[in-house]
Amino acid sequence: MSEIAIRARHVSKVFGQSRVLDDVEFELRRGEVMCLAGENGCGKSTLIKIINGVYKPEPGIEFTFGDETLSDISPMEARSRGIHVIWQDLALFPHLTVAENIVFDDYVSKPWRPISYKKALQQSREIIQQFGLKLDPTARVEDLSIAHRQLVAICRVLRAGASIIFMDEPTASLTHKEVQALLAITRSLAEKGISIVLVSHRLAEVLEVCQRVTVLRNGQLVGMYPTEGMTQARLSTLMTGLELELTPRAKTHQGEPVLELKKLSRAGEFADISFTLHRGEILGLTGLLGAGRTEIAHTIFGMTKPTSGSIHKDGQPLKLNSNRDAVRHKIAYLSEDRLHLGLVQNQSINMNTAVTVLPTLEQPRFFLSPQRIKALTARWIAQLKTKVSDAELAVSSLSGGNQQRIALAKWLATEPDVLILDCPTIGVDVGAKAGIFDIIRGLADQGVAILLISDEAGEIWMNTDRALVLRDGRIATEVIPSETTEETLEAIINA
Amino acid sequence: MRNLLSRTRLGTEGVLLGIILALSIVLALTTDSFLTLQNLFDLLNNQSVNIIFAVGLVVVLIAGGIDISFAVAASVVQYVVMTLLIDTLGGGSWPLGILLSMLVGTLLGLFNALLIHRFRIVSIIVTIGTFNLFFGLLMYFTGGVSIYDIPDWLYYSIPLLNLPAERGSATLYFPVAVMAVMVMLTWFILARTGFGRAVYGFGSSPEAARRSGVSVWKIHAFAYGWLGLCAGVAGLMQAHIVQEVVPNALIGQELPILAAVVLGGATLGGGRGSVLGAVLGVLLLAVVQNGLNLLGVTPYAFRMIVGLIILIAITTSNLGNLLPRSTRAQNV
Repeated sequence: MSEIAIRARHVSKVFGQSRVLDDVEFELRRGEVMCLAGENGCGKSTLIKIINGVYKPEPGIEFTFGDETLSDISPMEARSRGIHVIWQDLALFPHLTVAENIVFDDYVSKPWRPISYKKALQQSREIIQQFGLKLDPTARVEDLSIAHRQLVAICRVLRAGASIIFMDEPTASLTHKEVQALLAITRSLAEKGISIVLVSHRLAEVLEVCQRVTVLRNGQLVGMYPTEGMTQARLSTLMTGLELELTPRAKTHQGEPVLELKKLSRAGEFADISFTLHRGEILGLTGLLGAGRTEIAHTIFGMTKPTSGSIHKDGQPLKLNSNRDAVRHKIAYLSEDRLHLGLVQNQSINMNTAVTVLPTLEQPRFFLSPQRIKALTARWIAQLKTKVSDAELAVSSLSGGNQQRIALAKWLATEPDVLILDCPTIGVDVGAKAGIFDIIRGLADQGVAILLISDEAGEIWMNTDRALVLRDGRIATEVIPSETTEETLEAIINA
Repeated sequence: MRNLLSRTRLGTEGVLLGIILALSIVLALTTDSFLTLQNLFDLLNNQSVNIIFAVGLVVVLIAGGIDISFAVAASVVQYVVMTLLIDTLGGGSWPLGILLSMLVGTLLGLFNALLIHRFRIVSIIVTIGTFNLFFGLLMYFTGGVSIYDIPDWLYYSIPLLNLPAERGSATLYFPVAVMAVMVMLTWFILARTGFGRAVYGFGSSPEAARRSGVSVWKIHAFAYGWLGLCAGVAGLMQAHIVQEVVPNALIGQELPILAAVVLGGATLGGGRGSVLGAVLGVLLLAVVQNGLNLLGVTPYAFRMIVGLIILIAITTSNLGNLLPRSTRAQNV
């Protein structure tokens, strides 16, 4: 068990002026599951790319494989030593079958050798069975769930002889059950002597399966720690260097009801959803991925029509034909997919902020004043403490946390009564998360009614006045965070 | 159609074949001349050029590109090859003619590939450009004059198979054999070699292919080069069939052939499509046209009906996207 699979010492990398990695050490034992933790931009990806030979490190680096020491590693060398990376996008071929994806490397290395699909099927079956996976090799990858696609990617590197596998955010878009299955597979691969490095934002899961955790911060190694005895809170502190406050929001003042759902149902998605949202309240909507959280939000926002039931705003029944109607009724929805749906990445920060209120900005004449857009953006940038060097730059130039502030600003500009936040901290660093929640709490204090959707029990527990737990499209139970513990809430969500 | 397909497990090709058979049965019952050997052989003789174009084009579509310059390129090949053969090579022969046509066609295809690859221009823009460039050059240098005086070997048709039929006899000609060879070759490369699967892989996800070590230039060069080669061969066959070379004989053929290939299951997004599908797509449109002729429908209706067929095929294949997310078929 304690045999070293790979050790890299004095790993440094400089891009232009900035030192992305500074004399970092990395060590992985055979058959170990290790977590590589750190905030965005801490150098995790750079470290991985150096180890698999894609980036050339600064001189002085030392790789050790068993008794061999190398001062340089090429992509070919890395592959021949069994080092493989499964990036978050998986790099699969959606139109090809599972078997073809698994044997694809053969197509590249021996392009003119006639192939036999039967042989590809048989070889894939062998790999699938050898590692005890459940996959149909004849299925097309485009028809598979993300979880199954991940298995295909794993099979592909296993067939290529992987002994050290880096997995980049493998749990990001999986349901709780799928995450558990993936972690079980990780464990069984480790038992077969394969070393695995998980890069993940979901600290709870990772702590469960990993033996050790390597923490990076600002390009430097904070340390390698055994996970035994490690808590999420301590890991957050190690990653950010900050002591974060960990107390639930005290249930305080609450205004009159703003939004009321009465037995809202949509066939195949959710059923009998009834709740009341009050002014100044933060109501959590949680449950596993696929429990119907986002679907409910889409219906409240007018993007899908309910099959039965009704939505009331300020006591009046609402009839929403589109999300334009919802915006008119002062309902705002922050999408969970900030990258694709929440922001127009290549447009300027100014335009992204103003996009929801263009008709208002055009008043009184049909003319869009650049000054007024700038003033609007400047106001929100200041109010949300966004770090922006130039609001004319594309929004993609900002970090995740700052992008999310712009996405928030865009909706706050509509002065909503009801703000639906769908997983507002996805892809946001631990440190920046706290900032986002400060803003959300501040909004509630100003009287905005907030519906916070999240699958992270910790977020719900710390930031909501009460939380509805969804299961299979129905409200399973209601929880008051201040009257329970985070662990209990987590157990209820995963039950 | 794809949803319907995955349920019936037939594939686009199966459904197309079914539609062609059903149409044929209807036509056999409603007309006397559809189900005659002459008519079926004529169908093949007449479609051999289109099918050669189609199997070339399907490669480009699978690789995620598009090419609309191939028909014009074929005309250029006809002129260049004829001029070379007559003026400098003393007439030439079948082997030389085919070889030269392939060579010139491939070069024209590689020109597209080079622009697309080297300058990273979208293939439709590049080929709109070369479409105009090729045709403009052709008209400029020929002055729009046709070549009627083609070599003897190209002039006389070569019967392959002659069968007695009701009225006289039915004959299959040489272009059908060439078509069969091109179909088999393309099919073999795409379906039976690793390189062919890499073409599918590249069309399916260029980034994933690049990371797997696939050479993007090789894919581009092969796809457009192969289409150029097929266009060259098709051009020669067309000149052989009509026994003359007319500069605007092929222009305008690109869209119907593109339509047929798309009908055969290829998409503009890449990664999808097959040689068999492309062949059946051409045949379906040919049977429809043939049927309309035999039924005495005005030829002006043909384009309209082709348009309707394509719209219906595409619409049915996308019907599934209208259903609520959770009630869509979950294939796990």
